[in-house]
This record gives sequence, C-alpha cells and structure tokens, in this order.
Amino acid sequence: MSLKIQALTRSIWVYHLATGSCNNCDIEILDCITPRFDLERFGIQLVGSPCHADALLVTGNMTTKNIPRVKAVYEQVPKPNVIIAIGTCALDHGMFDGSYTSRVKVDDILPVDFYVPGCPPKPEGMIAAVAKLIAQLRQ
Amino acid sequence: MMDTINILIFPGLIFTIILALFVAWVDRKVTARVQWRVGPPLLQPLFDFTKLMGKETMIPGQATAWLFYAAPIMALTGALVFSFTLWNANLYPDNSMVGDLIVVVYLAMIPSVAFMLGGLVSGSPHSVLGASREIKLLLGDELIIVMALMVVIIQSGGSIKLGAILDYQRTYGAVAWSPSGMIALILAILAMQAKLALVPFDMSEAETEIMGGTLVAYSGPLLAFFKLTQWIMRAMLPLLLVHCFWGGIIFSSWVSILAGLGKLLVFWVIMILIRNTNPRVRIDQALKFFTVWGGCLGVLAMILAMLGY
Ligand code: SF4
Repeated sequence: MSLKIQALTRSIWVYHLATGSCNNCDIEILDCITPRFDLERFGIQLVGSPCHADALLVTGNMTTKNIPRVKAVYEQVPKPNVIIAIGTCALDHGMFDGSYTSRVKVDDILPVDFYVPGCPPKPEGMIAAVAKLIAQLRQ
Repeated sequence: MMDTINILIFPGLIFTIILALFVAWVDRKVTARVQWRVGPPLLQPLFDFTKLMGKETMIPGQATAWLFYAAPIMALTGALVFSFTLWNANLYPDNSMVGDLIVVVYLAMIPSVAFMLGGLVSGSPHSVLGASREIKLLLGDELIIVMALMVVIIQSGGSIKLGAILDYQRTYGAVAWSPSGMIALILAILAMQAKLALVPFDMSEAETEIMGGTLVAYSGPLLAFFKLTQWIMRAMLPLLLVHCFWGGIIFSSWVSILAGLGKLLVFWVIMILIRNTNPRVRIDQALKFFTVWGGCLGVLAMILAMLGY
C-alpha cells in the first residue's frame, strides 16, 4: 500500500452535496461529527469546499436541474477521491420514485464507489460504511 | 557547523515544523475536549499534510496561474524566515541585529499578505470576499500589535532589539508582570487571534459562511503549504508573545527549553479557549473593537509604561 493511500485513509475530508434531498440525510450526516459519534477520532472532517475534499457524500434524488451543478462540483474534487451515495433516494429515488423532477439516478452521472441505504441511514450505518471503505482502500 | 545545525535542525527548520504539527494537534485536541469529544490522534496533522501532498493540484480557470502557485510558497517562506529570526534572537540574544523587532513585525505580515494574494487571484467570489476581509482586519490588528510592542519597547529602555528586550527581562523580570505590560499582553493576544484567523476574528476564513474564504479554491500540495504556514504561524506568534512579554526561551538546559515551550503552550491554549467560547463577530465590529477599545487601552498602556508602571 502506498504512502499516499495510507495517509488518505487516516485523513478523509468530506464534502457533502445535497442533490435535492429531503434534508434528513444531511442532518444524519452532521450527527456523525457530534460528540456522540465523533468521527474526527479517525481524522474525518467536514470541509466547506469541494477542492479540499477526498470524499463526496451525495444525498438526495438528483433532480434534473441539479445535474449540471453536481457535475461541476464533482469536477472540482481532486483525485484520488471516493464518492459515497447516502440514503435510499440517492440509490434509486426511494419515496420520490416516479417523480417528474428526477429522471436519472446518482450513479448514472457520478462513478459512485459506495452505497449506504436507509431513509435516512443511521449514523452507525454511515460509520460502518466508512470503516468498510477504509478497509477496502487499504487493500 | 553549529550555525547549520541551528538553522536546519534545532531549533530551525525541522524543529519548527515538528512544533507546528504538534501545536496544530493541541488545537484540535483541546477543541475536541471542550466539546466533550475524544479528538484526533497525535499524528493527525502529519497525516493531513502527507495526504494533501499526494493529491492532485487544480488551477481554477479564472485564476492567474503564476500568482496562484507563488502565493503558498511566499507564505511558507515568510513564515520560516520569521521563525528563524525569532529562534536566532532567543538562542543568541547578544547576536541579534539592531531593529529586528521591526523586521519581525513585517515578517509576521508576509503570510497574511500571501493569503490575501492567493485569495484575490483564485477567481472565486468566496475567496475574494475572504481576502478583502483579511485586508481590513490587518489594518485593525497591526495597530494593536504595534501599540503592545511599543509598551515593551518603552519598558525595556527604548530598545528595538529582540535580544535587548530579552536581556532586560532576564534582569528585571518579565514585562507581563507590570500593569502596563499586562494590558499590552491582553491586547496582543486579541490581535494575534485576529492575525491567526481564529474565532472571534475568523471572518476571512469563516467556514460556515464563505466556505474557507481565501483558501476555497486551493487543493493538493498548494493547500498543504498554506496549512503548514498556518500551523507554523500558530506556533511562532505565541513564541513572539513569550519572547516579548514572558522572558523568552532560555537555551541553557533541556529543562529550561521545555519550560519555555510550556510558556508557549500556555499562550496557545488561552487562544484556543478564547476561540472555543466566542461567536464570530462581523468585520465592522472587529474593526471598531480594535480601533476604539484596542486603541484606547493601547494608549493607556503606553502612558502607564512611560510613567514607569
Ligand atoms: S433517503 Fe429518505 S431521508 Fe434521505 S433524502 Fe431521501 S427521503 Fe430524505
């Protein structure tokens, strides 16, 4: 395993991108950095700019109007990076299935590496996903 | 030979970087403890730095490329030269050149100027906003730093040599233990807070408001340089305070060196606690605070110092 990946797995900076979510997934993501879960123990930090990010957390059901914006944000995330789709909406539209505002799924547009199902997923679920992600990156 | 070791290893380049990484960790750990969290491991800043060095650098389309590259390097160089000057004055008080207090004040400004430049040329509205706030803030805090240092100069008999200020404090006791010195120290700590972009004066980097301000468009190694600069300044500006107000670091034995570093950490933890227990103020409030309250207290401290208190 290269030094680059080793350092990356110990310091994952996360940018969180809502593509038309109901906002509940976003709140659960914020829960992960509260004192109860404290993801900073593993070096995981929320950052304000996609240019600083290593992981892009995509929530929501990808409305048609948001597609160009999501692409623009994705292009700003420097490599190597990972993309995690959070919530049932981001997987297959969930409760918004059949809506006229969203015709495509997140993974039609972005190369998603990880899926975390749930509506919304629990913080424990996201932490489990991150742990698996780190294990996979280290291989 | 000794000079080379002093510049490159101890207490120069390598030691400064290790100290900066440690100080960055102290910041995050104390913040975490204040919020009842566990906080990151000791090597976290090193991991962050290594990771950033391994990432891709992206130049925004609207940026002026050469300045975009030059700004982080200028910031890091400025911070390192600043640290060398301070260490040299601590190591050989007799050897420091005339007027190096003024040089140090200018050198401490170079990283701020580089942050501004980087923000202005990166072509993002957030970073331009951050840079303009940084310029305004600089006008406020420089005034206070100069006033606080004037008190030190007056007390130590009108000397603008860092070495002479140390000698004075080693004979007559630290500047901070006099009334005027205490006022000046409090003002200086607040001004450093602004210089280091810590809450309550972090409007130039307000993460929740303008997404990291001046640094918003930086990525990869260039961001790593900026971060390292920030950490070095967070270690070196408290060192400047220790030097001017609390007798500096005495390089005679390991115990006295550790005691000196302990003083540095005391100032740094005070700054972290101020940062963690205050809200962010607006830029106009900060300027008013510095020019009205800071200015009045600064003049008062200078008058007290002239009267010999
Ligand atoms: S998955 Fe559920 S909680 Fe998350 S954005 Fe969709 S509807 Fe909201």
